[in-house]
Amino acid sequence: MTTRTLAVIAAGLTQPSSTRLLADRLAAATETELSRLGIEHRTTVIDLRQHGRDVMNNLLAGFPTSQLKAVVDTVAGADGLIAVTPIFNASYSGLFKSFVDILDERSLVDKPVLIAATGGTARHSLALEHALRPLFVYLHAVVVPTSVYAAPEDWAGGPDPNGGGPLTAPLHRRVGRAARELAVSMSQREPRPAADPFALTTSFSDLVAGS
Amino acid sequence: MIAVGGTPEIMGLRREDGVQFGIFSVGDVTPDPTNGRLPSEHERIEAMVTLALKAEDVGLDVFASGEHHNPPFVPSSPTTMLGYIAARTTRLILSTATTLITTNDPVKIAEDYAMLQHLAGGRVDLMLGRGNTAPVYPWFGQDIRNGIPLAIENYALLRRLWREDVVSWTGRFRTPLEAFTSAPRPLDGVPPFVWHGSIRSPEIAEQAAYYGDGFFANHIFWPAEHTRRMVGLYRERFEHYGHGSADQAIVGLGGQVFMRPSSQDAVREFRPYFDNAPVYGHGPSLEEFMAETPLTVGSPQQVIDRTLEFRTYAGHYQRQLFLIDHAGLPIKTVLEQLDMLGEEVVPVLRKEMNIGRPADVPEAPTHASLLAARDSGTPSVVGESPS
Repeated sequence: MTTRTLAVIAAGLTQPSSTRLLADRLAAATETELSRLGIEHRTTVIDLRQHGRDVMNNLLAGFPTSQLKAVVDTVAGADGLIAVTPIFNASYSGLFKSFVDILDERSLVDKPVLIAATGGTARHSLALEHALRPLFVYLHAVVVPTSVYAAPEDWAGGPDPNGGGPLTAPLHRRVGRAARELAVSMSQREPRPAADPFALTTSFSDLVAGS
Repeated sequence: MIAVGGTPEIMGLRREDGVQFGIFSVGDVTPDPTNGRLPSEHERIEAMVTLALKAEDVGLDVFASGEHHNPPFVPSSPTTMLGYIAARTTRLILSTATTLITTNDPVKIAEDYAMLQHLAGGRVDLMLGRGNTAPVYPWFGQDIRNGIPLAIENYALLRRLWREDVVSWTGRFRTPLEAFTSAPRPLDGVPPFVWHGSIRSPEIAEQAAYYGDGFFANHIFWPAEHTRRMVGLYRERFEHYGHGSADQAIVGLGGQVFMRPSSQDAVREFRPYFDNAPVYGHGPSLEEFMAETPLTVGSPQQVIDRTLEFRTYAGHYQRQLFLIDHAGLPIKTVLEQLDMLGEEVVPVLRKEMNIGRPADVPEAPTHASLLAARDSGTPSVVGESPS
């Protein structure tokens, strides 16, 4: 069975970061679901903070450093992506968007993506739907229906209001549902072939013929 | 004096060496960051001419001018400038980096560069590029989204205008031609050799390979691995289209250098120019940029060592152009760079780059070599599309 690759990008700025914490929870849950589906998998977690200068230099100079190139290739080549950002001023963070801006515009086409965010108040949760989802839809990614938002109170855990135990807290259930959707979406696709930016998409005779 | 064409001795075939060396100028008008002084357009244009003349004096082979149609760049009219330089030089090959094949009318390119060939005695080739400044396209009646189709169609027409005396043509982007003859005809009936320049479009490497033209990798703004892939693609397709083996393809590379006898002095002097440079300034550090791209700031020996590495990923190649006159560097400093290139760097490179160079790796075509190939009836491996 071919191994599927899962890339996780976390755009939190602090260390430790609640954004990274949420990313790890989502990654672990997705791995569990992939295993349940009998799919071998390999996960790479990317803390964007560690690449902050490289990301900005890429925007200014036009090319990635070799280290950043490896990160970009990991995301482009992944069979699934978990994208987690803090919400700043009602949208994704600048670092998060800057990273997305340096990706090749084709690198997310038909890629299953789980979007998630953290924020200081639950009132910002719809930023996932009005900012992140349109961004990834624009890039022709397949965004799973469930997005996951974690406000400070979500980390409290505690008993489920419906009578379940602590582990069935709303955030936990939501993480599980989103992870299932992502794993199923990944399982429905063939492993992604390595992207080749130097590949021609049309023959030269077609180019000359103007087609 | 105008050099007149016809014999190889005066048309650029002069050394046994395989590689041509030269400089290419963007023609930016940029304030000197160390004192804020902004040269006038007139000063910048004169500086470009001075550089070209000096390039011949110090023994370089090629001067190439950029073409731009927006400030802060001055060279909007390359054949005017190159024609003037042609009249004041005798050996220098005059080229472009790049001629905009997208927004120029291919009919005008055919006419202008044929005229330049006659004035320069054949010491002319040109490098075609698309241009990446979006507003320039509508200013010339085009659309940047058609960049690749424009480059393909316009060049196909340009080739016919140089090779067929009477052309009738219809296409997508230009008004049709009925029984049109581009005049003057190319010197001796031999069109100028064409290079295709591209940083990242495989279609352009493919185009160069299809026609057996040269491929020039800008090289200076991207990591070596990227250049290796683009040049490798061109070489592979050059062989595919039957122009020769992959290692016989005609490759040019850019380079960017700043030299002082001691590398510490070079770094100290160049840093403010790097930090404020229009293209990459305020981004990566000088050290990062030197590690990731071919930029070499140091002693002449360091430039020699670095340039010799290019072959390890681009193969044996035909033309090396250096960028030395941008980012507000004063003309006096740039002329000192040319002295070092001519006296200390290029002579060594000529010698070293011939070591281990297979005998069947051709030199860059010149007017003389293309003419000789045609007259001897030997089919040229380059410059002709597959039949």
